[in-house]
Amino acid sequence: MSPTVFAPWNNPDEKPLIRFKNVTKKFGEFVAIDDLSLDIYAQEFFALLGPSGCGKTTMMRMLAGFENPTSGRIELAGQDIAPVPPNKRAVNMMFQSYALFPHLSIWDNIAFGLRRDKMSKDAIEARVAEMLKLTRLEKFARRKPHQISGGQRQRVALARSLAKAPKLLLLDEPLGALDKKLRQDTQFELMDIQESTGTTFVIVTHDQEEAMTVASRVAVMDEGRVIQVATPAEIYEAPNSVYVADFIGDVNIIKASTKAIGQDQYHLNWIEGQPPLTATSALPFSEGQQAHLAIRPEKIKISTDRPEDAPNALQGKVLDIAYLGNLSTYHVELPGGQVIKAQTANTRRIARRDITWEDPVWISWSATAGVLLAQ
Amino acid sequence: MNMRRFALIAVPYFWLLALFLVPFLIVFKISLSDTALAIPPYTPTIKDGISALIAQLDFENFTFLASDDLYWKAYLSSLRIAVISTAFTLLVGYPIAYGMARAPEEWRATLMMLVILPFWTSFLIRVYAWMGILSNEGLLNQLLMWVGVTAEPLQILNTNTAVYIGIVYTYLPFMILPIYAALDRLDESLNEAAEDLGCSRLQAFWLVTIPLSRNGIVAGSFLVFIPALGEFVIPSLLGGSGTLMIGKVLWEEFFNNRDWPVASAVAVILLLILIIPIILFQRNQQKQAEAEQ
Amino acid sequence: MKRMTWFNVTSLTLGFAFLYLPMIILVIYSFNASKLVTVWAGFSTRWYGELLQNEAFLNAAWVTIKVAVISSSIATVLGTMAAYVLVRGGRFMGRTLFSGMIYAPLVMPEVITGLSLLLLFIGIGLDRGVLTIVLAHTTFSMCYVSVVVSSRLVSFDRSLEEAALDLGSSPWEAFRLVTLPIIAPAVISGWLLAFTLSLDDLVIASFTAGPSATTLPIKIFSAVRLGVSPEINALSTIMIAIVTVGVITASLVSKRSSLRAQEETRAAERPTT
Repeated sequence: MSPTVFAPWNNPDEKPLIRFKNVTKKFGEFVAIDDLSLDIYAQEFFALLGPSGCGKTTMMRMLAGFENPTSGRIELAGQDIAPVPPNKRAVNMMFQSYALFPHLSIWDNIAFGLRRDKMSKDAIEARVAEMLKLTRLEKFARRKPHQISGGQRQRVALARSLAKAPKLLLLDEPLGALDKKLRQDTQFELMDIQESTGTTFVIVTHDQEEAMTVASRVAVMDEGRVIQVATPAEIYEAPNSVYVADFIGDVNIIKASTKAIGQDQYHLNWIEGQPPLTATSALPFSEGQQAHLAIRPEKIKISTDRPEDAPNALQGKVLDIAYLGNLSTYHVELPGGQVIKAQTANTRRIARRDITWEDPVWISWSATAGVLLAQ
Repeated sequence: MNMRRFALIAVPYFWLLALFLVPFLIVFKISLSDTALAIPPYTPTIKDGISALIAQLDFENFTFLASDDLYWKAYLSSLRIAVISTAFTLLVGYPIAYGMARAPEEWRATLMMLVILPFWTSFLIRVYAWMGILSNEGLLNQLLMWVGVTAEPLQILNTNTAVYIGIVYTYLPFMILPIYAALDRLDESLNEAAEDLGCSRLQAFWLVTIPLSRNGIVAGSFLVFIPALGEFVIPSLLGGSGTLMIGKVLWEEFFNNRDWPVASAVAVILLLILIIPIILFQRNQQKQAEAEQ
Repeated sequence: MKRMTWFNVTSLTLGFAFLYLPMIILVIYSFNASKLVTVWAGFSTRWYGELLQNEAFLNAAWVTIKVAVISSSIATVLGTMAAYVLVRGGRFMGRTLFSGMIYAPLVMPEVITGLSLLLLFIGIGLDRGVLTIVLAHTTFSMCYVSVVVSSRLVSFDRSLEEAALDLGSSPWEAFRLVTLPIIAPAVISGWLLAFTLSLDDLVIASFTAGPSATTLPIKIFSAVRLGVSPEINALSTIMIAIVTVGVITASLVSKRSSLRAQEETRAAERPTT
């Protein structure tokens, strides 16, 4: 690996900026965070990803200081932050609702936090001007929040939380209120700003595409626990569980019992009367263990004739075709009734497509295409 | 269809014209008449004809009001009492409204009902309830003497203090409700944002909560100030001989002195004084309605 | 996740104590055996007995209730009409004056309203009595009714009326079958408000009542001017009890009906199996 790649999590000497140590948070009987440990490093763009109610927002609010852990410890640069009130933390937050002060102008909103630091008037003016420039809001400085568009409001919220140059910036569903096109543009803008300011960003989102686009590492959460922490590519290509595989992108899951046939090679008996499937796995599986084979639809080939020397080939019938423009997804029903999704790029015009509804087809994939998961 | 629409508009319209606008014009007219020992006790009357009415217009009652410092003092003292008691009502009402807005969701309907309930209870009875408490032998004095704050009973009933207490007590719901409505709409994340940006709790309250509940404060203050200015029952039951309020003066001028023209002139001036706060109140309400759109 | 701070709990406790203690004390002392209202001399219902013997009070109460029922009923009809005209009436001559006349009585000091109506009644030679009080009360309470009803009218979807017209109703049918059922809760609370205002009113009634008709507030006022009396405490207790029972019943009924409505929507959303 070349030394220029940013991967402090692989360096054992690197000290994390934030450390969750066995943190549990309960609201009454409800356990929002369950014995969670996690390290986040300086200058990371870290995403907390999960469905609503998985505890990601609670983690963010604990970092900001609006909630304290029931047990365990949260450290910021080696210091326990539990006794520090939110207004004394070098952490700023961009709220999901933006929480712009409606009675103050854009300029005053951005200056709000600076004024609390008793900065000199000139210094405040310079800093606000810098922030306005960074977020391209110079023209709107004198307007009130309700006089600008949703995208501009989002940038004001970002400028306001960045103005104090926090060690850590928390973003709670920062793009949730924007429409799809604007959201994509803004994602890149966020990445640029993160890179140019060198601030550590922690983003909370339920949108897996957004997390994959912006983050250097993603933590997939469920019911107050972290299921997997890894780079977007690892999460996608090597999920550690069915939950993660299913949450990130589209996936086919085939249940089977395993039988070792060689070094990291397994035969999978997935249904009576069909030849076994072949898959590789670095993780060991015992004889007859129940496992799940997860394969992404784009890794499955579809053809009218039986492909030659494919380790896994199954015949089925086309049930449905979802035409997405650049891609088509075929839903193929196998003899046992299971439906497998296969995706192909539409490199030809639609009229020349040779597979249609009810056609008998072959689907096939290589031994390394899928991931074998124990749970 | 058109007849029906005409009737729909005309019935309430003429009712209000006949029983609100015309009487008010009569007050205005009589305020410009002479006192007479007759029934009705003023001249000229409508029976004398329109020309006589106009020919005998007379500003004497207003010059009389201006020359007799009783009236000036009454107006000023009404203003002072209304301003002071509005301020006290705000001081008492704001924390209650704030507490309600911060209370758990499931309590709020009950708290709301508890604020509104006294409003359905007779105004007179609510004022009367304080007479027994504030009198020299009343519970408050008994309590103060038992605690040892004072050896002699304090004279509270029949003073301006009692009037303040009465106004704060009876008009408190009018102050609480609009402030509560404003605070209830307030997004809690605004306060969190302020704290996140370095405010202490108190600073966040001053810089965010207070400015954003301003409309509620203004509306509540006017809802207390406007009726308090013309109040009659509270000063006559709780106030003393030294309590000068214009509503009481008007009443006495009318019922005791039977000086209808002067009473009318007092009413006209009271209304002129009230027009300014009423217009300000209307503008505040309009601004709020626009802000909500 | 809201926390009740000690400050909020204290301010609510003190605030509601302030609102309710005076009335509670009043109720307690109405059961005092002593004529001296400030000294407790044991429990007694003596003053209630004396109150029920007092014909003057009973007569006044009867007049008051009569006035309140009649005036609030007329005020509800007129106020609902006025609200409908204001919200749905479109443009007509003198609309601004009309809306001004609806809102002005709400802020007009009672002494002025009372004085002006009295001068009118004398001017046209109308003898003061039940009729004049009813006219006076109707006039100011119709304005309150119209404000309550128009706020409901403003918030309801006009396309409902248009749908009724589209389906062939006449405007009157559309009003009767669609508008009225929807605004009914507002009309009912308007009536209750008008009724309470009429029951409560001292100042306007004092101006417009004649020797032939005295209302309860006028009676109470002339009695308490002389000081606190145990009979008035008893009377106040009865009135407080009626209001409390009324308001609590009303809120329970509306809570039950809203619960039932929730239940019905849930039942409607449940897929039929």
